[in-house]
Amino acid sequence: MTDGTRVFVPADTTALSLGADAVAATLRREAAERGDAIELVRNGSRGLYWLEPLVEVEVGGQRLAYGPVTANDVASLLDAGLLGGADHALALGPTESIPWLAGQSRLTFARVGVTDPLSIDEYRAHDGFRGLEKAASMTPEEIVAEVTESGLRGRGGAAFPTGIKWNTVLQTDAGQKYIACNADEGDSGTFADRMIMESDPFVLIEGMAIAGLATGATMGYIYIRAEYPLAIRVMREAIERAEAAGLLGGNVLDSGRDFRMEVREAAGAYICGEETSMLESLEGKRGMIRFRPPLPAVKGLFGAPTVVNNVISLATVPIILDKGAEYYRDYGSGRSRGTLTVQLAGNIKRGGLVEIGFGRPLRELLYDFGGGSATGRPIRAVQAGGPLAAYVHPSQFDTPLDYEEFAAIDAMLGHGGLVVFDDTVDMGEQARFAMEFCAIESCGKCTPCRVGAVRGVEVIDKIRNGENEALNLELLRDLCDTMVSGSLCALGGMAPFPVISVLDHFPEDLGTLAVARRPEENPG
Amino acid sequence: MPANDARTADEQAMTEPDRQTRQTIRAIAESGASQAGALLPILHSIQDELGYVPEAAVPIVAEVLNLSRAEVHGVVSFYHLFRTDPPGKQTLYVCRAEACQSMGSRELERHARERLGIGYHETTADGRFSLEPIYCLGNCACSPAVMIDEDVYGRVTPERLDELLD
Ligand SMILES: Cc1cc2nc3c(=O)[nH]c(=O)nc-3n(C[C@H](O)[C@H](O)[C@H](O)COP(=O)(O)O)c2cc1C
Ligand code: SF4
Ligand code: FES
Ligand code: FES
Repeated sequence: MTDGTRVFVPADTTALSLGADAVAATLRREAAERGDAIELVRNGSRGLYWLEPLVEVEVGGQRLAYGPVTANDVASLLDAGLLGGADHALALGPTESIPWLAGQSRLTFARVGVTDPLSIDEYRAHDGFRGLEKAASMTPEEIVAEVTESGLRGRGGAAFPTGIKWNTVLQTDAGQKYIACNADEGDSGTFADRMIMESDPFVLIEGMAIAGLATGATMGYIYIRAEYPLAIRVMREAIERAEAAGLLGGNVLDSGRDFRMEVREAAGAYICGEETSMLESLEGKRGMIRFRPPLPAVKGLFGAPTVVNNVISLATVPIILDKGAEYYRDYGSGRSRGTLTVQLAGNIKRGGLVEIGFGRPLRELLYDFGGGSATGRPIRAVQAGGPLAAYVHPSQFDTPLDYEEFAAIDAMLGHGGLVVFDDTVDMGEQARFAMEFCAIESCGKCTPCRVGAVRGVEVIDKIRNGENEALNLELLRDLCDTMVSGSLCALGGMAPFPVISVLDHFPEDLGTLAVARRPEENPG
Repeated sequence: MPANDARTADEQAMTEPDRQTRQTIRAIAESGASQAGALLPILHSIQDELGYVPEAAVPIVAEVLNLSRAEVHGVVSFYHLFRTDPPGKQTLYVCRAEACQSMGSRELERHARERLGIGYHETTADGRFSLEPIYCLGNCACSPAVMIDEDVYGRVTPERLDELLD
C-alpha cells in the first residue's frame, strides 16, 4: 500500500475490451516519471459502458470521474492536474452525480464498480455480509419468509417467485441439498451476471450462503459460461478468499452451519442455461432437458432437492435480508417488485447497466438513459428479453418495464437485456437468425424443435427469395404454432416468438415488399 | 507387460509422443475423477492442457470414470466449445449474436473469413489462427465484439480486426 492519491481504473471485461489495461499501465508509468504518488485500484465497472475506460480519482473523500480515457490521454490528464481533481476535456464531475448514474436505484449493484472486487475488507466496509449476519441469527423459515415477502421473482427469465422455490426445497426432507447458481447468461444483450461476478463476487457468495442457511443446502455450485473466462477466474479467487476468511466452510460466520461452494465451467451450449439441462451438465452429462415433474426443487442435482437461481436473484438476497423485505418491495410496480437490472445493448448511444424500479416506460430507457441509437438513426426495433423473445415495435415503446405489462404485448423482460436496432436492420434476416440459432442450439430431444427450426430457416429463405410467398408465409405461421405447442422446453417453444413478432409488426420485411425494397436498402 | 497393466490395448502399442499425451490425459482424468460430476471438469482440463480433446482421450477418460466410450464421446460432441482437432496458435472467436449484429457483426464475420481465408471451425494453413463463432461475450454494450484466446475486444471495426490479427 502507498499513501498516494487513489486512482481507479476498471478491470471488468468491457473496460478491458476498450483498453483499460493500457490506461492503467500508462498511468503507473507516467505518474512514476512525474514523481506523483498514486495508489492504483483496479475496481469493477460502474456499468457506464459508453464512458469506459472510466478513470476515477478520490479527492477530499469524493470520487471524480474522467472518461472515456485512452492511454494517449493519460499524460494530458496528469499534466492538467488529474490527481487534484482538476478540470479537463474528459472531466465528468463527481461520479455519483453523473445523471445517468444518479437516476438509478442501485440496490443489487450498490458496490459494483465502487470497490476492489476481491477485497473482503472493502466488501465489509461497504455493508457487505450484513445480510448473511442477519440470516445466521434467523431460522430457515424466517429467512424464506423474508425473501417471499420482498416479492423477489427470478431474474433468469421465468420470473418465478424466489421465496416459493426456496420454501419447496426447505420443506423437502433430504440428507443432501444443493444451491445451483445459473451463471450461463446466454442471452445476447445481457451482461448483468457477468458484472456481478467480475465486479462484486462476494455479494453472490453471500447470497448463495444465505440460500444455503434458508434451505438446509450445504453445497453450492456456480455454473458459469465458458465465454466468461475472467468471471470464472474472479469467482474462483473470491471463493478461495472467503474460505480462508472462514466465511464459507464448516462454520459459516460462526453459525455452526456448513456451506461450501465451487465454480463449474460450462462449455458453450445455450440450452444449458435452461435449469434442468444445466443440472444434467453439472452432473457431467450432455445438456439434455429433463421431463418435469419432478421439479428441481424436489429432485434436482444428483437427485437431491436443489435451488436453481440466476446470479441476479441470488445477489439481490443480501440487501433484502439487510434492509428488510419491505424496503425492497417498495420499489417497483404491480406484481413486479424491487428493481430490474436493465442492460442497454446493441445499437445504443449510451449503453450499459441501468438498475431501476420496475414500471418505467421502455421509451425512457431507450432515449433518456440510452440517448437513442449509436448511429443517430431512428430506432426501428428492440429485442427485449433475449433471443427467444419478440422484437418490440416503436409503437409499443410506451410499455412499462413490468413482467405482466410486457406479457400483455406478447413480449418479455426476461433477464433484462434490451438489444436496440436502427432503421437499417433487415427484420427478415433477424427472423431467419432466430430459427438458425434454435437449430444450432437445439438439444435434439424433440422433433418440433430439432426439425422445425431447420425447416424454419428454409421457409424464411424461400420467402426472402420471393418463392411462393403466400403459401410459405402460411407455412411459416403453422410451423411456428407447431413449435410453440409441441416443444418440450422453451428453446423450441419460444424461438418462434421473434419470428411471429416480425410477421406481426414488420411484415414489410418478409415477402414481396421486402424483396423489392432490399436492393436499394443496401447500396454498395 | 505385467498382467495387471491398467492401460488399454491401444495404449500399449504406440509411439513415444502419443504415449506422453496419453499419460497426460490419464493423469488429468485420475486426479479429477473423485469430484462429483467429474466429466466436464476433466474435459476442460484436458483441453486447457492440450488445446483440444483428442479422440484418444475418449477411451481413457471412459475407463477412468467407468463410463462407456459412447457416453464420453456424446458429451464431447454435445458441447460447442470442446474441439477434437488441434487449434491454431491463436483462436479468433467472432460474436454472431443479436447485439453484435445490430452494430455490423455480419460484415465483421465476412471480413474475418476473407482476411484469414478460412471458414468457421477451420484453421489457417500456416497454423496461426483458428476461427470460431461464438454467441455472446457479454460485451454487448460495446458491440461488435471478438475474443482472441481469452482477451475480449469491443467496438471492433474491420480495420481494428486487421490490427489485432497482425
Ligand atoms: C433455453 C433457455 C435458456 C435459459 N438460459 C438461462 C440463463 O442463461 N441464465 C438463467 O439464469 N436462466 C436461464 N434460463 C431460465 C432457467 O431455466 C431458470 O428459469 C432460471 O435459472 C431460474 O432462476 P431464477 O428463478 O432465479 O430466474 C433459461 C431457460 C431456457 C428455456
Ligand atoms: S425444445 Fe429443443 S432444446 Fe428443448 S427439449 Fe426440445 S429439442 Fe431440446
Ligand atoms: S424425439 Fe421427441 S418427439 Fe421424437
Ligand atoms: S451479442 Fe456479441 S457480445 Fe453479446
